[in-house]
Amino acid sequence: MNAPTYNFAYLDEQTKRMIRRAILKAIAIPGYQVPFASREMPMPYGWGTGGVQVTAAILGPKDVLKVIDQGSDDTTNAISIRKFFAKTAGVETTTSTDAATVIQTRHRIPEAPLRAGQVLVYQVPIPEPLRFLEPRETETRRMHALAEYGLMHVKLYEDIARFGHIATSYAYPVKVNARYVMDPSPTPKFDNPKMDNCPALQLFGAGREKRIYAIPPYTSVVSLDFEDHPFTRYKFDAPCALCGAEDSYLDEIVTDNKGSRMFVCSDTDYCEGRQAAGHRGTESVAPHKEAAHG
Amino acid sequence: MYVAVKGGERAIENAHRLLAHERRGDRDVPELSLSQISEQLGLAVDRVMSEGSLYDRELAALAIKQARGDLIEAIFLVRAFRATLPRFGTTEPVDTGAMRVQRRVSSTFKDIPGGQVLGPTFDYTHRLLDPGLAQGGDPEAPALAETSDVPMPRVTDILGRDGLIEPSPAAETDAPVGDLTRDPLSFPAGRDLRLQNLARGDEGFLLALGYSTQRGYGRNHPFAGEIRFGEVEVEFVAEEIGFAVPLGSIELTECQMVNQFKGSATEPPCFTRGYGLAFGQSERKTMSMALVDRALRARELGEDLIAPAQDEEFVMSHSDNVQATGFVEHLKLPHYVDFQSELGLLRKLRQEFAEANAAPALKEAAE
Repeated sequence: MNAPTYNFAYLDEQTKRMIRRAILKAIAIPGYQVPFASREMPMPYGWGTGGVQVTAAILGPKDVLKVIDQGSDDTTNAISIRKFFAKTAGVETTTSTDAATVIQTRHRIPEAPLRAGQVLVYQVPIPEPLRFLEPRETETRRMHALAEYGLMHVKLYEDIARFGHIATSYAYPVKVNARYVMDPSPTPKFDNPKMDNCPALQLFGAGREKRIYAIPPYTSVVSLDFEDHPFTRYKFDAPCALCGAEDSYLDEIVTDNKGSRMFVCSDTDYCEGRQAAGHRGTESVAPHKEAAHG
Repeated sequence: MYVAVKGGERAIENAHRLLAHERRGDRDVPELSLSQISEQLGLAVDRVMSEGSLYDRELAALAIKQARGDLIEAIFLVRAFRATLPRFGTTEPVDTGAMRVQRRVSSTFKDIPGGQVLGPTFDYTHRLLDPGLAQGGDPEAPALAETSDVPMPRVTDILGRDGLIEPSPAAETDAPVGDLTRDPLSFPAGRDLRLQNLARGDEGFLLALGYSTQRGYGRNHPFAGEIRFGEVEVEFVAEEIGFAVPLGSIELTECQMVNQFKGSATEPPCFTRGYGLAFGQSERKTMSMALVDRALRARELGEDLIAPAQDEEFVMSHSDNVQATGFVEHLKLPHYVDFQSELGLLRKLRQEFAEANAAPALKEAAE
């Protein structure tokens, strides 16, 4: 039998070169979706294969990797991907946003500001912001080429006409470098302002859809809106119950069968950092700890 | 409890340990060997090789065992392994006309040179559960006959001699073969990429699409010109040697559908082709593939594009079961960050609705 052996960070060097070329092109044309020959990865499509391929292509032996899902380092899929790179690349891993050189994320941008030299790798399920308005790739590529984004503005307008608000709360479309409308991946719109003029390089990988796109450092990223309905960030009613933060995105946790709830930071590293620095909320411990098995 | 989605490192390990335990099942029952799977569940192995795009019976059997018989999971395992293999080049086109045929049927002619050969088939069996098989035991040895040296030309070649069917496009030996696993797909795609996509495509998806063409959604009046299954030689031209050397032989099923004619003021009418090819014995797959291949040629043949099976982007974007299962099943992953922002928005909208409707509510109550 052909017993398999694997290269550093899993992918072979030819594949990494192909992905790096796509990344370079993506950086050169901010917000443009570059097709790439996505490989089958040993985790399922839709579970971060795009992000994993981008990370595998840029990772060097001296990198320090952080992986988050829903803002947290200890969600199952984040653990699974972090272990994958610890095993196949042997790189140092961390949960600290500050200590990481490469951060792979699903659905969140860390609360702590990113700095120059860091790379934030997003896992993207549907890279095409126009997809739910126009299902055909042939059409949407043409619309991007002509910067024909009227359809998106009509959609946002219809939201306002129907609900009184733009009814998009995550994967909120942005315009990058005043040219391409881009899907920020399903991050809550709360995170959109962090993408603008960010010192870190932001890379987006969509494995199943075979697309890579990028926001180079210090690039303008504007959330689409109207003058009379400006983009607003979602604001929580209460601070984090554990660290008292008033500026972070919160998870709502149902604590009993009577509908009691508490709100805690979705970014676990940020929350723990604040608690270590002496900040306290109304509760002392998270309500659920992992049940211990033998 | 689902809350272990956070802080799940040990939960993952234990879940995988339990999975391995469940895969093994009752330890008093003898464990399945790879050769048992490969020999006795041969059609499952064929499907995993076809849709996994890797001709290796042993690895396919291992994948089936590891996947507990879940064939899409097994296909996924094989694909992920295949993606890491280096490429040495492409083989010469296989000659299915020179196939050592085990089965070969045509529904268009009663008799054909080389004859109709039923071979191992479920066709004409009565689907009655066989209690004898539950007991086990060796079946009767197969009936034997003298091997015949009569060549078995493809039925489409017989039609082609009289110009009754469109010629197959000749291979452009200098042009590289498209490979959608190495180059990102763009539309419109060439027929080579369409056929590769269909060959890797999910059997159930292609079956449903092929069936839909028969029921009028892009009807193309097919006849099963020929279905053949058997062994073909695979040859590879090594640069250093300069000529083709045989690498071995593989089992293939080929289906050539003969479909309604095309013609024009300048060209006489002739039948058109739909083509299906798969590893191993995979008749349902190749027949479905041939129907869909023909349906996808609608634009080329100047037919109206009205049905899903004719829609290249729709078919090719959704045929891959590894992609499809990954994305459908990713809904199991936590989405609570997005859900939280939807909750927040919904609460806000409901509150505004309640405020706006506070007065009219009385009127509604009165009605």
